[in-house]
Amino acid sequence: MGSVADPAVTPELRREVELLLYRQADCLDNRQWQGFIDLFTPDGIYWMPASPEQTSGDGVPSIFYEDRNLMTVRMKRLNHPHAWSQKTEWGTSHIVGNIVIDSHDPARGDVTVRSRFHIMEFRTDASRHFAGSYVHHLTSTADGYRIKLQRVDMVNGQGPYDYVLQAWV
Amino acid sequence: MAATTDLTKLVQPDRVHRSAYTDPAIFELEMERIFHKVWTYVGHESQVKNTGDYWTVLIGRQPMIMVRHGDGSVRVLHNRCPHRGAMLCGNRLGSAPDGFTCSYHSWQFHTDGSLKAIPLERGYKGTRFETGAADAAMRNMKPAARVANYRGFVFASLAADGPSLEEWLGPAKIAFDDICDRAPKGEVEVVPNCFRVVQQSNWKIFLENQLDALHPAVTHESTGKAAYEVELEFEERHEKAPLSYHFLSAFSTTPIPKWDDFQTLNYSNGHSILTGYMGLRPSDPDTLAYEETLRQAYGEKRMEEILAVNIHHVLCYPGLSVQPPLQQLRAVRPLTVDKTLTEIWHFRLKGAPEAIYRRALGYYNLVNSPSTLVNADDLWNFWKCHQGLASDGGDWVSFHRNAGQDHVQGNLTTSVIGTSEAPMRNQFSAWGAYMGGT
Ligand code: FES
Ligand SMILES: [Fe+2]
Repeated sequence: MGSVADPAVTPELRREVELLLYRQADCLDNRQWQGFIDLFTPDGIYWMPASPEQTSGDGVPSIFYEDRNLMTVRMKRLNHPHAWSQKTEWGTSHIVGNIVIDSHDPARGDVTVRSRFHIMEFRTDASRHFAGSYVHHLTSTADGYRIKLQRVDMVNGQGPYDYVLQAWV
Repeated sequence: MAATTDLTKLVQPDRVHRSAYTDPAIFELEMERIFHKVWTYVGHESQVKNTGDYWTVLIGRQPMIMVRHGDGSVRVLHNRCPHRGAMLCGNRLGSAPDGFTCSYHSWQFHTDGSLKAIPLERGYKGTRFETGAADAAMRNMKPAARVANYRGFVFASLAADGPSLEEWLGPAKIAFDDICDRAPKGEVEVVPNCFRVVQQSNWKIFLENQLDALHPAVTHESTGKAAYEVELEFEERHEKAPLSYHFLSAFSTTPIPKWDDFQTLNYSNGHSILTGYMGLRPSDPDTLAYEETLRQAYGEKRMEEILAVNIHHVLCYPGLSVQPPLQQLRAVRPLTVDKTLTEIWHFRLKGAPEAIYRRALGYYNLVNSPSTLVNADDLWNFWKCHQGLASDGGDWVSFHRNAGQDHVQGNLTTSVIGTSEAPMRNQFSAWGAYMGGT
């Protein structure tokens, strides 16, 4: 939390991290699924815990717990002409904010970023809202920062789902 | 259509009138004549380990509490304070080791629902609520008429009379025998996480889908193909995709004629079984290690018997779908005529290696979680079905496929081929009987 004054957190780093988060939101809203997947490291994981108390998605129920292989299954399904339920009018708008760099290890190139999101989804004449927090565990690569682990906690993730989630949040 | 209509006319051997799905008055009758009479799955005993642990649950229209009592038994009580009617538990789950206290005027109850204390008790002197007076028994929380526990799975019925749980389940109790027998210790433990998904359709549309062997290749084609392509990518890298990919790719790698080789077994009370197709007994090291634990627990012969049971789904009509080899179940809670909640749970086999749990977990996460790659397309069909049935485009739902061709032997109807609509006809024959028909 004291990271705001951390001299390692330069305005440049802050900007780079913000742009990465915005790019990810952009990929989702524009259905650039491969672009979304490419923001992860080869062993990167997208994780939405089943409950806020969970500290790891390994071996416990999760709403999403996907490596790049499973992400590719999801992408291929979404792109398939017979993904019946996803061929209706559908769109999302992601707003990402309150971005805070929690820790930065320049020697290893690791950065941990917390943020909040708000999403409006429209499908079949109805709107749904999802909101919550992201934690991005990033690492520096030749292509810039990439995601090793993204944790997504929705404040309304515990309630009954009216319909389901077909794309990443 | 009014509820006074002769309901038996709605159900014919090969077709059902759409009002059975869309008429709110018929839905109310279903609550009364089916859901408030039959045995409803309320939960697994391992959900409530300690005295006072509770989960709330719906039986038909009734908000109920499943709670562990001090004597070790699991009780099922109406979630209603006898004073002015407030629900006693507003949370989905919790712990009340000292019993329940009403948040309104502080009446207190033991975990079996009996009255523990009333504030200002002298105010009841000379009234019908005085200890020993006419209505004193009404000061207790009302229990479910009957509660029964089969191998850890707790059911309740709101009707005092009727068949016992085991009689009512009949051969469908293999759902619980199969899942428990697969555990080297002979019992399962719930993983305390319940995914809840609401579908915009009548509850019966969900049940009909469970044993519909024609739909997977059609409805789930996109997911099947996607998973199959990624399986091939694994192979190109000389790696093996985890078994959970196979759960998905089977939808597209199993051609429709192959589904005919499977079978549905249809029993009285609407229960039925779809035989297995996923080949859940590969000879990988995890499975072999698991077989070894079973061999040690049961011996070779019994182990082979247990693993030879080949079931994909057991449907305990009208409210439960169990997948024993995948260690999960879905409980169906009708909310309104066009809205249905499913509660989705999975289990650990006591004494089995962790890898076997992880296999079940893979299925739970990919198929049954709120990010499901499979049910998304089912739910879409359910909504579309309900919309179509609510329209005037036609009056009947067709269950004609292979009607009159299935093999009937006493209480068992075996489908002539896997894609016979026998399970739906069987469900409606039970529906007609419950609703006051033949
Ligand atoms: S309503 Fe419960 S104590 Fe009054
Ligand atoms: Fe399906």
